[in-house]
Amino acid sequence: MKNDLIILPSAQPSFFKSMGSDIINTKTSSNEPVIESEVITNNQEITSVKKSEKKEYQILVKNVNVFYSEFQALKDINMEVSPKSITAFIGPSGCGKSTFLRTLNRMNDYIDSFKIKGDIFINGKNIYNEKIILEQLRKDVGMVFQKPNPFPKSILENAIYGLRIQGIKDKSFLAERAEDSLKQVGLWDEVKDNLKKSALALSGGQQQRLCIARTLAVEPEIILMDEPTSALDPISTGRIEELIFELKKNYTIVIVTHNMQQASRISDNTAFFYLGELVEQGKTNDIFTNPKYKRTENYITGRFG
Amino acid sequence: MNKIRINRLKDKGFSVLGMVSTLFGLILLGVLFGDIIIEGVQRINWDFLTNLPSRKPEKSGIFTAMMGSVWILLLTTIISFPIGVAAAVYLEEYATKGRLSRILEINISNLAGVPSIIYGLLGLEVFARLMGLGPSVLAGSLTLSLLILPIIIVATRESIKAVPSSIRDASFALGASKWQTTYFQVLPASFGGILTGVILALSRAVGEAAPLIVVGALAYVPFAPKTPMDEFSVMPIQIFNWISRPQHGFIVNASAAIIVLLVITFAMNGVAMYLRSRWQKRIKW
Ligand SMILES: Nc1ncnc2c1ncn2[C@@H]1O[C@H](COP(=O)(O)OP(=O)(O)OP(=O)(O)O)[C@@H](O)[C@H]1O
Ligand SMILES: [Mg+2]
Repeated sequence: MKNDLIILPSAQPSFFKSMGSDIINTKTSSNEPVIESEVITNNQEITSVKKSEKKEYQILVKNVNVFYSEFQALKDINMEVSPKSITAFIGPSGCGKSTFLRTLNRMNDYIDSFKIKGDIFINGKNIYNEKIILEQLRKDVGMVFQKPNPFPKSILENAIYGLRIQGIKDKSFLAERAEDSLKQVGLWDEVKDNLKKSALALSGGQQQRLCIARTLAVEPEIILMDEPTSALDPISTGRIEELIFELKKNYTIVIVTHNMQQASRISDNTAFFYLGELVEQGKTNDIFTNPKYKRTENYITGRFG
Repeated sequence: MNKIRINRLKDKGFSVLGMVSTLFGLILLGVLFGDIIIEGVQRINWDFLTNLPSRKPEKSGIFTAMMGSVWILLLTTIISFPIGVAAAVYLEEYATKGRLSRILEINISNLAGVPSIIYGLLGLEVFARLMGLGPSVLAGSLTLSLLILPIIIVATRESIKAVPSSIRDASFALGASKWQTTYFQVLPASFGGILTGVILALSRAVGEAAPLIVVGALAYVPFAPKTPMDEFSVMPIQIFNWISRPQHGFIVNASAAIIVLLVITFAMNGVAMYLRSRWQKRIKW
């Protein structure tokens, strides 16, 4: 794996991405356990349908139900996400947006009461298959959280943590990659003289951009963002929105937001959740100008939620 | 208006009460220390620290007992530190939070309250007799390790718990395994607290006499231990032994030894405080 990554020149991460293809396999080198390419599901019928869909969708969600113990947090969710698009999840508090987002990189696995039924395919691979290597999945599906959560370490160490844990030790390679990702989020000029400084000394907006940079450094294909700007002031929010829009060129982005303007400004597609159900989804423009359901309209226009 | 005034009075009253309670403990402690220091400080000199025990109080030193305590401390640290931290990490980070882990949790907290002499009996039976270690430094250290393990586990768990889960999330989301997350994030962030807990637990271990007496530590050993299998004495036992002698000279020796023991314990606590403040300065959430 180490060699695999070092050969890569550090130009543009997107350059090397086999978009829409089976990343989990292409990124795995020979000395790593190789995941079988055959998808095993509890529903054979669906699997056969999917062969053609595999090509098209980066994320494909089929009949997903999520439970916390007895409580059903998500009800029969179906969704398709195309590569290099921005999808916004909107909906009132507690409707299951974060829960759903966290099923996409299996971050809910650490909650003991969490149970999921149904299938989620990322690049055609069922991520709830036992053969999935979680660490690999998280490398391909990065996540940015609501509250900036840099590690209590230096800025540089934050930026390269994802590579370090892959066992990469080549100092110049790490430095290069750190610079690249910090440049991508527009943080490089602000921190280049203070890379050894604690990341906790940065402002909230800078911290959040560092968190995005740290995610970019491992070159994911998909980035999940859970209200990434809700803890930030309008100026930092604006910068991060611009950044997200910029990132769309190379990444598939799914973002949870409570800010309707934000959703309409940056996203291609929008999904409206309500009480664990996916009420309506489609082109952002359609949802915001011509929602099919009254509930969607009420929420968007601020009549409830 | 009146209510506010009454509340103010209550506030004042409580702060006075609190101060008196605090002072009560401090003053008693002060009197005790003063008494011991006045009696013992004259006896503290190089000879006292380096002499072997003797029949004559003015020739007696605490060298063997001190070396015994050092041996016990070292071995106990080596045994209890990794086991305690590993157990705490397992309970906090790995074990599913079910009934079993709750039962374990409660029992470990309860173990911290078991009288130390019980551990002595356990040590005698298991380490000294069953495992055939005899009344050795190793048997004593194993016994004291059992005694302080619950304290280390509880303290370690507390400081691991204090690490915000957002740090774990961030690490996992970048593709780190559970062990990497624990090793690179959770342990460094909680290390100050862990170290503090371990040092405080060890400073309790240096002061223990009862369990070691049960295991077979001697009141009189002619030489300092050279291997883990040697017989040994420790300072609290030496102090107890001297205090129970009729000659006044030995009482003075006991006071002097208590001063030395106190200095060691205070120094350990000081180090613990220093480490804690240093780590807290480095990590602010
Ligand atoms: N760990 C958990 N255990 C039990 N129930 C949970 C857990 N996490 C979330 N829930 C429940 O699942 C439902 C969905 O929660 P979720 O956090 O996904 O909502 P959300 O849409 O992200 O809300 P918000 O906009 O406030 O962030 C809520 O009713 C919540 O109480
Ligand atoms: Mg949420």
